Amino acid sequence: MRNLLTRHPLLVIAGKEFRERLRSRWVLAVAAVLAVFALAIAWFGAAQQGAVGFRGAGVTIASLVSLVIYLVPLIALLLGYDALVGERERGSLDLLLALPLSRAELLFGKFLGLGAALAATIVAGFGLAGLVLGRQFGGAGLLAYGGFVGSTLLLGLAFLSLALLISVLAASRVVAGGLAIALWFLLVLAYDLLLLGLLVATAGGFLGAAFPLLLLLNPADVFRLLNVMSLEDVRALYGLATVMPARLADPRVQGAVLLLWIAVPLGAAWLRFRKAR
Amino acid sequence: MIELQGVSRSFGAVQAVRAVDLEVRAGEIFGLIGPNGAGKSTLLRLLLGLIPADSGDLTIGGVAVAGPGFRELRRRIGYLPENVVFYDNLSGLETLRFFADLRGTGRQACAELLERLGLAAAARRPVRGYSRGMRQRLGFAQALLGEPQLLVLDEPATGLDPAGVRDFYRILAELRARGATVILSSHNLAEIQDRVDRIGLIRDGRLRAVGAVQALREERRLPLSVNFGLRPEGRAEVLRVVAALPGCRAEVGADRATLICDPARRMEVLAALLALGTAITDLRLREPSLEDLFLAYTES
Repeated sequence: MRNLLTRHPLLVIAGKEFRERLRSRWVLAVAAVLAVFALAIAWFGAAQQGAVGFRGAGVTIASLVSLVIYLVPLIALLLGYDALVGERERGSLDLLLALPLSRAELLFGKFLGLGAALAATIVAGFGLAGLVLGRQFGGAGLLAYGGFVGSTLLLGLAFLSLALLISVLAASRVVAGGLAIALWFLLVLAYDLLLLGLLVATAGGFLGAAFPLLLLLNPADVFRLLNVMSLEDVRALYGLATVMPARLADPRVQGAVLLLWIAVPLGAAWLRFRKAR
Repeated sequence: MIELQGVSRSFGAVQAVRAVDLEVRAGEIFGLIGPNGAGKSTLLRLLLGLIPADSGDLTIGGVAVAGPGFRELRRRIGYLPENVVFYDNLSGLETLRFFADLRGTGRQACAELLERLGLAAAARRPVRGYSRGMRQRLGFAQALLGEPQLLVLDEPATGLDPAGVRDFYRILAELRARGATVILSSHNLAEIQDRVDRIGLIRDGRLRAVGAVQALREERRLPLSVNFGLRPEGRAEVLRVVAALPGCRAEVGADRATLICDPARRMEVLAALLALGTAITDLRLREPSLEDLFLAYTES
């Protein structure tokens, strides 16, 4: 077993990526940021209603969803955008590909190692907050919080997968960085605004029944829906919950869509990287 | 060991390698020489299967490059790309262990290789603190992992100080002594000319000549030059003698003269000049350099 872990090329690549992120204190720094933000939002999340202090798990998770939608995609994109284009610019990509290592092992090893670093960050950051909040949440609340952390991980992996696709497609690190920021801006800031704008401008006539499906075309929206639909006491807070057909409102469907958001960009990255020269 | 037949590769409109035929023998150090952009790196990348050829056949040890069995063969090929940059957050020892794991050669040799290349004291320091020369030594160390049968080195001495260059070529000679084949590219002709068994001269993607440096010199019959000082009292006698030397052309200055001669008449010319005794003050013989040879083959 140990031999497999130290010798299989995919795991060697993954181990190196993970060790590098640990060594650079990236994991520690981002986990600390997530923990501090999570605790601050949990404490001040209800300030708009005229009160501060920890509330129930549902309200806390609803507050944290917005934090996650802004931060985690950005963190994942920054983590992965130069994974392969950076190797190419450093000259180390040729060196790696001249070894007995396939392109698939390199790409998926990168994803595994960076994904592990991202998972360590999310689990450490929100786990720490969970430890502090656990007593207030109770058993059911902790279970819901665990689901929130799990879906956060899926969201992060979806954006990491997109970052690797960018890294394979971009001609340089600068271009990849620009594309990553543009993608974050589009999916996190602009997409909902455009959809809602079109919906309102056409009084619902332009998008109509396609609106819920269009939400699934954005992993950030899928994550939001997944968390909103899973929590009974939060569902009512979101108007979006009312426009989702029952089938698409099923958390299992939404979880599957998030898994597709991980698999499809990664698959596309593999198809491109396999032929890349 | 290495055979290329009719290998061509272009990038868009740029023909980087044109119909190259080449055989590199087992156990030799082969230098690929050419200016920047001549096609050296592309040829090495084709050889390693990093890019496919548009046409032609490439084999290493009888195994088709990028064909079945080539992945296994890669364990026995060491490669150092030009200007490679390693991972800043890993130490030199961790970097070598990473590459040893990927090549499947075991980690035992890593510390010993760092010692051999003068990096033992820096083995546990992050690579970000290494000088350019140290990084190049580290790159060479990773190429040596697993005692490769074939070493492919792209501008390997770049960034090394004179002692580093000397150590580098000493190690190459040791590798050749145990039967390894080395193919290296360089545009530093002076450095390479006495340290390789054969060279290939490449320009504009075409291999213009292949052979031992001395054999190519003789084939091209590049003239050698003899420069010497003249004493005023013997000047007339010297000029009379050199004018009578066959196969030579004299360029005479106020107190020095230069003879441009057919290399086949080297001893005859030297004997004639030495016979003039104190009429000449000193004498310098300049053989045609690799630069002269390169220009002769590539500019014709």
